[in-house]
Amino acid sequence: MRLAGALLALACAALGMGLARADVTGPPPVSDAAILGEGFPAKLSDFAFFTQGRAQMPSRGVHPYALNTPLWSDGADKLRFIYLPQGTRLTADGEGLLRFPVGAAIIKTFASGEGADRRLIETRVLLHRADGWVALPYRWDAEQTEARLALAGGRVNLTTPAGEAISYAIPNKNQCKSCHSKDGAVIPIGPKARNLSAQWLGAMVRQGALDRVPRGGGTLPLWTAQRASDAAAPLARAYLDVNCAHCHQPGGGASNSGLDLRWEQADPHAYGIMKRPVAAGRGAGNRDFSVLPGRPEESILLYRMDSTEPGIAMPELGRSSVDHEGVAVVRRWIAEMK
Amino acid sequence: MNRLALAAALLGTAAAPLAAETHRVEAAQGAAALQEALILAKPGDVIEMGEGRFTLTDGLSLDVDGVTLRGMGMDRTVLDFTGQQGAGEGLLVTSDNVTLRDFAVENPRGDGIKSKGADMIVYSGIRVEWTGGPKETNGAYGIYPVESTGVLVVNSRVSGASDAGIYVGQSRDITVRENIVTFNVAGIEIENSRNALVTSNIANRNTGGLLVFDLPGLPVMGGGNVILRDNVVKDNDTPNFAPKGNIVASVRRGTGVLVMANDGVLIEANAFENNPTAHVMVVAYTQPFDDARYNPHARNVIVGRNAFGRGGDDPQIDGKEMLLAAFGGALPPVLWDGLSESPDTALKIVPGVTGWSLGLSRVGQSLAEARPGPLTLTPTELYTFPAVGAPAALEARLK
Repeated sequence: MRLAGALLALACAALGMGLARADVTGPPPVSDAAILGEGFPAKLSDFAFFTQGRAQMPSRGVHPYALNTPLWSDGADKLRFIYLPQGTRLTADGEGLLRFPVGAAIIKTFASGEGADRRLIETRVLLHRADGWVALPYRWDAEQTEARLALAGGRVNLTTPAGEAISYAIPNKNQCKSCHSKDGAVIPIGPKARNLSAQWLGAMVRQGALDRVPRGGGTLPLWTAQRASDAAAPLARAYLDVNCAHCHQPGGGASNSGLDLRWEQADPHAYGIMKRPVAAGRGAGNRDFSVLPGRPEESILLYRMDSTEPGIAMPELGRSSVDHEGVAVVRRWIAEMK
Repeated sequence: MNRLALAAALLGTAAAPLAAETHRVEAAQGAAALQEALILAKPGDVIEMGEGRFTLTDGLSLDVDGVTLRGMGMDRTVLDFTGQQGAGEGLLVTSDNVTLRDFAVENPRGDGIKSKGADMIVYSGIRVEWTGGPKETNGAYGIYPVESTGVLVVNSRVSGASDAGIYVGQSRDITVRENIVTFNVAGIEIENSRNALVTSNIANRNTGGLLVFDLPGLPVMGGGNVILRDNVVKDNDTPNFAPKGNIVASVRRGTGVLVMANDGVLIEANAFENNPTAHVMVVAYTQPFDDARYNPHARNVIVGRNAFGRGGDDPQIDGKEMLLAAFGGALPPVLWDGLSESPDTALKIVPGVTGWSLGLSRVGQSLAEARPGPLTLTPTELYTFPAVGAPAALEARLK
């Protein structure tokens, strides 16, 4: 719950800033021109999403949020924000992805370390421009004063919360799209109503930043609140949806595999049970099926989650170490399966 | 930020599209410069890679339509992925009308070059090679276009792929011509694809030379209309080194051509030599499946006139000694499982083609129940087959 606490503190801080703005000359507002223009701003501060970058203090119109079940990225802490231009709001679309007005932005900062030791690694932004979404990665400098556009991505040596020394990969602009893509267009992945808390959705409606709380909001399990006695299936399916399904779905980057790991997929063969590999190569690891019920060690899906070897490891992008917690949940799911 | 990125940031506000340009990247500038050039390219641009070795730790990707990525030759410009730390392939292309030519990809940890949903793509003069020879730890596919319409792979070489050297999957309107594939599990594989011409290639020292598969449970099925013509399929005797679980792990060492399922495959004017299991094998899909859309039979497969040299003399088949004795020391060139969906669509051969049949009576039947015997089909001179291959516009791009 550490993260939730931090978010709450952040939200309070944001509120404080908003109050402060009323009586003194406040910081510059978010640059709608930078979001809507055609270029790629060279610095994160060009957008003015934050009043204080290092502290990740959001500007007016920038709303922090969290996901019930988050995408795992080498254990990095993630600070997530949605920016809505003045006079606009989000529109709910059932339990699915919220609809964003043109001019909106989604900002996600990856950080490692706690408290005063926290270091910002990178900030990824998704900009909703008139002709569609654009994804850009920004890399924080050593002094933590600025994040600069890293079109070609990069690598950072760091130690994960699990204590592993890794070469952390910042994705290049195209790699952003390889996850954020459906039918060839860039789209957001995270902010689906089912993966946002009912509380947050309600608060957004009260602020006028969302049209309504949709049915099916907040239905994905809260990952950090799981207990060993919880049923494995919802946790595992939520985990696979959030960590894998952006590629493994029709129209996604891995559509040719035929594997569809979306939460709503009800056909067991489609989500891997007794499904043979297609183009897995050595990723198959001498196993015959994506998921062999009762036999986690003979299931390709778990084998690939549990590897860091390029060509075997899944997801292909976004991690250099193994998510042992995620692996444990999926292992339990397969083991309990009849 | 380098000069290119700066230029793009400045030019990004220009309203009119720029005229196509050539951007040159030298090996000494490194991987980041190359990746930035690929990102900042405008439709129609040429990215030219200088001579030498580019050392890469991550996969490259191209997502701009109409770009040509060109090196100085398949032995002179090398993208070296030996130290690759991330990504599932060396180079990923996700845009249309792309031309890749005259460079090499060495030792990618996963696939070599993958193009997905990339219509009208040309691979010309490309080399993908795992330099340590055939190993199970090599990547799966060398040249890997998938879910695309309009594919031309020409004058390229792939060696060491632990699945297929050149693999075209779930695509249509395809030409694979004048390539050399060696020491792969499958030399060239056409899978779940339609309208493919595989011609004038050399498939040598693979486990299996040319494979035409149609598999169940995929978004695109119904493979067929494939012509294998004027290829040299020789000495495909490398033991299978594919990781188990993959369909090609079941390919027998010494297979020349393998057709599994599919509707319409013509095999003519090829030269076969020293493929010790079988020069040509035509079979139904053998594994259990649960997909109502799928037809496991090989239909409308025609074995026309081919030059069949020595072969079938060391088959990787149970009961080999008995079979060899029965057939006088070598199995005849065509191996059929004996299965047909209907007499109309059963395997056709021209006069002079000999073979043997497993004599199976239903799809999925165990080989233990095989009743081997000589092929007893009535040969026919008469067959027609549609013209197939990549659109002429792709060939025109080579000029």
